[in-house]
Amino acid sequence: MSLWQKHAILEKNSIVLVIGILIVIAIGGLVEIVPLFYLKNTIEKVDGVRPYTPLELAGRNIYVREGCYLCHSQMIRPLRDEVERYGHYSLAAESMYDHPFQWGSERQGPDLARVGGKYSDDWQRDHLRDPRSVVPGSIMPDYAFLFNADLDYSHIVQNMQVQVELGVPYTKQDIADAMQDVRTQATNDSPNAADLAKRYPKVNARDFDGNPTHITEADALIAYLQMLGTEVNFKLYNDKANIR
Amino acid sequence: MANALAPQKTMSLGEGGLALTFVALAFLAIVIAANAYTPAYAFHAYLFTAASIAAVFAIINRYYERPAEPAPLEIDGKPNYNMAPIKFAAVAAVFWGIAAFSIGVLIALELAFPHLNFDQWVNFGRMRPLHTSAAIFAFGGNVLIATSFYVVQRTSRARLAGDLAPWFVVLGYNFFIIIAGTGYLLGITQSKEYAEPEWYADLWLTVVWVTYFLVYLGTIMRRTEPHIYVANWFYLAFIVTIAVLHIGNNAAIPVSIFSAKSYVVWAGVQDAMVQWWYGHNAVGFFLTAGFLAIMYYFIPKRAERPVYSYRLSIIHFWALIFLYIWAGPHHLHYTALPDWAQTLGMTFSIMLWMPSWGGMINGIMTLSGAWDKLRTDPVLRMMVVSVAFYGMSTFEGPMMSVKIVNSLSHYSNWTIGHVHSGALGWVAYISFGALYCLIPWLWNRRLYSLKLVNWHFWISTIGIVLYITSMWVAGILQGLMWRAYTPLGFLEYSFVETVEAMHPFYVIRALGGVLFLIGALIMAWNLWKTVTAAESAAPAGAALAPAE
Repeated sequence: MSLWQKHAILEKNSIVLVIGILIVIAIGGLVEIVPLFYLKNTIEKVDGVRPYTPLELAGRNIYVREGCYLCHSQMIRPLRDEVERYGHYSLAAESMYDHPFQWGSERQGPDLARVGGKYSDDWQRDHLRDPRSVVPGSIMPDYAFLFNADLDYSHIVQNMQVQVELGVPYTKQDIADAMQDVRTQATNDSPNAADLAKRYPKVNARDFDGNPTHITEADALIAYLQMLGTEVNFKLYNDKANIR
Repeated sequence: MANALAPQKTMSLGEGGLALTFVALAFLAIVIAANAYTPAYAFHAYLFTAASIAAVFAIINRYYERPAEPAPLEIDGKPNYNMAPIKFAAVAAVFWGIAAFSIGVLIALELAFPHLNFDQWVNFGRMRPLHTSAAIFAFGGNVLIATSFYVVQRTSRARLAGDLAPWFVVLGYNFFIIIAGTGYLLGITQSKEYAEPEWYADLWLTVVWVTYFLVYLGTIMRRTEPHIYVANWFYLAFIVTIAVLHIGNNAAIPVSIFSAKSYVVWAGVQDAMVQWWYGHNAVGFFLTAGFLAIMYYFIPKRAERPVYSYRLSIIHFWALIFLYIWAGPHHLHYTALPDWAQTLGMTFSIMLWMPSWGGMINGIMTLSGAWDKLRTDPVLRMMVVSVAFYGMSTFEGPMMSVKIVNSLSHYSNWTIGHVHSGALGWVAYISFGALYCLIPWLWNRRLYSLKLVNWHFWISTIGIVLYITSMWVAGILQGLMWRAYTPLGFLEYSFVETVEAMHPFYVIRALGGVLFLIGALIMAWNLWKTVTAAESAAPAGAALAPAE
């Protein structure tokens, strides 16, 4: 009986009620979110994960802009069928530089966490232009307009600087050479490709969209798709060392 | 004599301050438009300019039209309720509801017939956030603002706090909707589900939302009743928590003030956890707590019965808001989120079943002694069925949060079906019921036709049943096909075969959506005829139409 009467304090004092609500809703979030920032085993220790090249970052921004994440996940679960269909299950480390994450929540289309290198650039081009020309049962919209849109990378430096503020380890040279790096990566046999690969290991540098005279949005998007899930060498990865 | 003593009309601090703020905002927006990195962002800056100028004109115009003294808090000892902003929000809710359902039908058809993705502006990827935001924030949000401003005044027996503030909340919120929606079509999104608008829209919403909170709290503080009514606890929890979630999930650094693009401060696994802490509690507080508040006012009013149990409402309120916050990680089962967080999310999701059903019992049992009204009053029937749908989807949700069930249901259409049993069955139905009550009360008219409400109820119920059954079958089939193996140990189906198998269910789902849309159009017609009827309802102030 007394407890019910005590509740009247909350019912009669709006400020006390608001403070009560704030305390009650704070607990769950604090317990679940805060430890993820200091428990060291939250993100696995693994070699190979690097920041996106400027061209890949621009491609990722197009992926975000077009809402690709609404149909394609980028998170392979450690279930037998998923590992066999898509490849090694996804690690937290593989998206540690992703602002924001693109794990997705739906699979109207297949998972893309390891789509990099799975198909040729040619296939990616045909598929983006007209998905049903290569996969007759596909329900994906066509993205032919990306091939006619020149990539606007005039502000790529500012984009990378914001990422540096958020903790993405771009070097001073990465920032200084960003504009040049976009052109290098989107060109066949560029003389600067070796330097790019030194700073961004395993980088694919070539003309992605089949149109060497223009750097288009399709160049950027395909460059991004072709690197997805390729950074970590799973032949060397010890999953026992990272059991959480 | 009265004339001689009348005070000279002066502009209030609020009017002057707000007008000057909008002048400043208009200038800022023009500068941004001139330097914007992209035409889409410049377009938004111009929208801000135009809206700011319109706001300045509206404030000055209102100043010249209004009487010298501020609106009295009471007239003849009765509270002088402020209903005009509520009317606007109620009409906006009907409009946005129809928009949201139409876009839903379109994107459902896009999944069934991909050739309908005929241009980049209407591709599924850009239209899907338009649908979800229109349904949740435009339709649901306006219903919540309209009902909360109505309920808080009535249950506090006090006029809404603030003079321009309630209008700022209603108009500012709808301006946010326009910025968000046009942004999606132009490709402006930060890709966080149900939090897609970019940094400047988020900032604007923050200002609007804080004002909303202050108006709401200010009205409660003016109350002449000693107790704060239970519906207001739920509205308060909804407003406070959504503010916290919105700020936490949208913390971002823009590339420049001249760029629409920003980068969220969280990354990878932490960002995933923050996103679904937000995402699940957008469900828990926007779509549940807010609409439970509607249930706690409108069902007792309509049934003319008191709430079933006062103690149950206390227990279920605190248990619900405490447990809901923990449930987010069930969106991330088997992902790279650490197991301890997944286990916590699953455990609390299962516990959440209990307070959810506590609320359902409290809502449905309020009809004790008035069950016969279900036969005669289709509005009450709609609201009671909505609570039944609430019970069903809050059982389904905890079940799907069990990891082994989730391994099948996650990424599949089952999730879409689950969301819609909540969205169509619970949120939309309780909203329709509330609008059928509220609009006749606000305009002081009798509801045009109960028969049309009956048609609305049955047509849209068939629509909901088609929607959720087709998505159950589609989702479970999809999940089973993904994991099917041949006797030789190979995966049985290629991915595209699982896509092709969805086609008939996508067509049935779209048909369900069409029926739901038709129901809403019937409602819009019915409410239009109600508002435009010549004569007002007989006894002014007697809010309830008799149920027979």
